[in-house]
Amino acid sequence: MKKLTYLAAALALLVAGAAQADTLAKIKGSGAVTMGVRESSGALSYTLGDGKFAGFHVEICTRVLADVQKQLALAKLDVKYQPVTSQNRIPLVQNGTVDIECGSTTNNATRQKDVAFAVTTYVEEVRIAVKAASGITGIAQLTGKNVATTTGTTSVQLLRKHERANGVEFKEIFGKDHADSFLLLESGRADAFVMDGQILAGNIAKAKSPADFRIVGEVLAVEPIAIMIRKDDPAFKKAVDDSISAMMKSGEIAKMYDKWFLQPIPPSNTRVGLPASDATKMAWATPNDKPVEDYAKK
Amino acid sequence: MATWDWQVFCKETTTGDAVSGCFGRGGDVTYLDWMLSAWGWTLGVALLAMGVALLVGSLMGILRTVPDKRLVFIGEVWTELFRNIPLLVQIFLWYHVLPSLFKPLQGVPSFLLVVVALGFFTSARISEQVKAGIQSLPGGQRYAGLAMGLTLPQTYRYVLLPMAFRTVIPPLTSEAMNIVKNSSVAFAVSIAELTMFAMQAGEETSRTMEMYLAVTALYFVSAFAINRLALFLETRVRVPGILGAK
Repeated sequence: MKKLTYLAAALALLVAGAAQADTLAKIKGSGAVTMGVRESSGALSYTLGDGKFAGFHVEICTRVLADVQKQLALAKLDVKYQPVTSQNRIPLVQNGTVDIECGSTTNNATRQKDVAFAVTTYVEEVRIAVKAASGITGIAQLTGKNVATTTGTTSVQLLRKHERANGVEFKEIFGKDHADSFLLLESGRADAFVMDGQILAGNIAKAKSPADFRIVGEVLAVEPIAIMIRKDDPAFKKAVDDSISAMMKSGEIAKMYDKWFLQPIPPSNTRVGLPASDATKMAWATPNDKPVEDYAKK
Repeated sequence: MATWDWQVFCKETTTGDAVSGCFGRGGDVTYLDWMLSAWGWTLGVALLAMGVALLVGSLMGILRTVPDKRLVFIGEVWTELFRNIPLLVQIFLWYHVLPSLFKPLQGVPSFLLVVVALGFFTSARISEQVKAGIQSLPGGQRYAGLAMGLTLPQTYRYVLLPMAFRTVIPPLTSEAMNIVKNSSVAFAVSIAELTMFAMQAGEETSRTMEMYLAVTALYFVSAFAINRLALFLETRVRVPGILGAK
């Protein structure tokens, strides 16, 4: 499936040719905008089924686009949703299929060569989820254990780096998606699941018995997650950044965070239960679009 | 438009530094090293599964042509069971469902589970081809063999199967090529094969196009090599005057 979508993206890239760099003009001209969304990226961006999408980033984008509509004085703005995957999101933004990607994309230096990011709206912390009964409290206890993570995520590389730096050895098992990785932990094939904190919290919240699982140990990495837009389009970037910065200043973003991460959310009305981290609050206090590399330096 | 960066294969997988010569030394692993090891896993899964599929598929195909109705039934049930369930679903049944029902299966490495799953899936298709091969022979050959005083197994061994297998080499070649491509589902159960490599390395390097193109080329080379090998085999075992041979 993923290969197919990727191929489709590659073909679209060939057909579309040079991408339009002036998104505001494109939106004004067509009266429509395409929002890239994820099927299942925790509370950040997910589907409710039936072509509907929701989540923290989807709500932020909806408000940003409302501001853009005001700025362009458009009577009507048609917002289309385009589900994307981690394999095709960058090509789709580059070729103009998607105008603004509201998923869970890490802002890093390599990607900044291809696309631009709005100011960071969420800082992800990579954590370890274990079964509460296992007694594991940190990464040091995972040596020789089965550690699950999801194919196609930065966590895989993170584990490898950790093994290399400390000369330890995990038995890594790769789930094909987050639900699959969590199943590995639940069924006992894996002793731990290393992944972004909000994904762990979300999966635990949806588990048959959430009390059986616990997020433990140190923060393994921090990654700024941001809304992605086309590169070299300063007017659109400014419009998006201004809109988001205003939400940060007014405290609206904190309210939205509370709504998606601490209150029960559809479709199953469960709580993710993950309070905003200090790093996330810091990003709201001083809006910036620094890549992950700048976080690592600290 | 996309610009190419093939040097990405020379990068070390943990530090991201370029390695001269592209092959890592002393514990360093480049993306090229990783891809070749992934190719090994792909071929390993494919070849072992093909072995399983040939053995089981031939057996089931033969059972479906014998006079004993009970044996025919076993062969039919086997074939229909494994032919009518999607491959990915079968892989998940082997990996998640069966081990939760039969505890000892939990200790079995996922590599073996995938080989068995892929092998059994393909065995259903091979069984169909072997059956067709046997049935394509004139009925008189079977009776001639039995009339000569050969037992039923001997008739199969010396009269029917030598010709039937020659007949089905072309469709078997297709199966062997398919199994290389189907082995890509193994990524779903944590086998570090080519498709998983493409997804993971593409994510890490942001050079998804290069990764997928390289992996595509390796799949093509593997399947095409099997195709050539089978063609060679087909020419070598040809019986003069039969099946278009000169």
